[in-house]
Amino acid sequence: MGDYEFHWLIVYQALPQMLNGAFVTLHVAVFSMLLGIAFGVLLALGKMSKYRMPNIIATAWVEIARNTPALFQIYMAYFGLGAFGIHLSPYMAVLCALTFVNSGYLTETFRGGFQAIPRTQYVASWSLGMKKVQSYRYIILPQMFRRVYYPMTNQFIWSILMSSLGILVGMGELSGETQRLQSLSFRTLEFFIVAAIMYYVITKLVLFSADIMSRRLFKGEI
Amino acid sequence: MGSLFTPLSWNDTGFILQGVLNTVYISVLAIVVGSVLGLIMGFIRSISNNYTNFVLGSVLDILRIVPLIIQLILFSTFVGVIGHPLLPFASGSIILSLYTMAFMTEVFRAGFDNVSGSMRIAARSLGMNYRQSIRYVVLPIGMRSVFPSWMGVALSVIKDSALVSVIGYMELLRTSEQLITRTQQPLEILLGVGLFYFLISYPLSEFGRYVERKMAI
Repeated sequence: MGDYEFHWLIVYQALPQMLNGAFVTLHVAVFSMLLGIAFGVLLALGKMSKYRMPNIIATAWVEIARNTPALFQIYMAYFGLGAFGIHLSPYMAVLCALTFVNSGYLTETFRGGFQAIPRTQYVASWSLGMKKVQSYRYIILPQMFRRVYYPMTNQFIWSILMSSLGILVGMGELSGETQRLQSLSFRTLEFFIVAAIMYYVITKLVLFSADIMSRRLFKGEI
Repeated sequence: MGSLFTPLSWNDTGFILQGVLNTVYISVLAIVVGSVLGLIMGFIRSISNNYTNFVLGSVLDILRIVPLIIQLILFSTFVGVIGHPLLPFASGSIILSLYTMAFMTEVFRAGFDNVSGSMRIAARSLGMNYRQSIRYVVLPIGMRSVFPSWMGVALSVIKDSALVSVIGYMELLRTSEQLITRTQQPLEILLGVGLFYFLISYPLSEFGRYVERKMAI
């Protein structure tokens, strides 16, 4: 190990700030996920619709989101939009980029979910006198979300991990905060080890609670 | 007034091209090394008992769960601290390969598990020995079935290679960043870079989808 001495005390003293950063990480992940779900459902419906325009928009959105690096999208939101006079804060830039990626990936997931629902479910709900909106609201969407629960959990984990790219635009989430704190003391190794452990714990906790939630929500179905 | 910034010119093409080549170079390297290691690890995981699997699984879990960017920073700091600083390319390709390996392991493990026991027994009953049954039956059948997921991981590695810029490797995104600093024309440059990633990634993902469709029937 050479003559390197670990100084954990500095990290310990900075722990409140790091936890605060972890909170921002979760925060941006949750918001980008919620927005991503909303856009994802709309885009999936657009992709399945018989009209041309929604189809083109949805396809373009999905292909761009899936085929370019998330880091590129964050740069685009942070530096690129400046050309249009739109100057986003680091937080907003990361939120926009993550929402863009999440909805791109979720669209494909949701489309698979919609297609897995038998046609008879739609017809049956219409025959009960439901309007289109009602049948989606009460019949189709609940079943669809149940089917895509695990892919959605995965996507949420990805958005937690992708938010670590905020370090590059100076956002105050866990990585960015760690970067800022280590630049004050140059204990890079210690700070990033702790950050890595935090990411690990956060991810495991999310997976664990998603598992518990699925048991309560679905009660053994699927 | 002589400006600090000079506009984008044709002379920059070589600079960008170098970035493109570096991105392709490190991605291909990571995919090849990661696939080979992943194949070995996947095989070990599919034949080992619960205990070994648990230990291996948790180590690979760390590689998959800790964000790549943190792994890169940690590793390049670590090799510096122990007194053997590596070039950005070296530390970048080591971490990217290990990261790829962690995902490829699961892909290949699923491939090995896809080949049913009766198929293996049938191979053995034809007089093949264990090595032959793996070489001629399990590997071809198992690998073919996981090709689409292999493609998915490979594509995500190409995109994740952009992160190696963090430790100073001059790949595509970092060259573009430097050009932006010099020219102050972020939109044009970023759009070009995005288009390039798209041009690499889109045909490959279409090909993956095509194979998947063909195999589904």
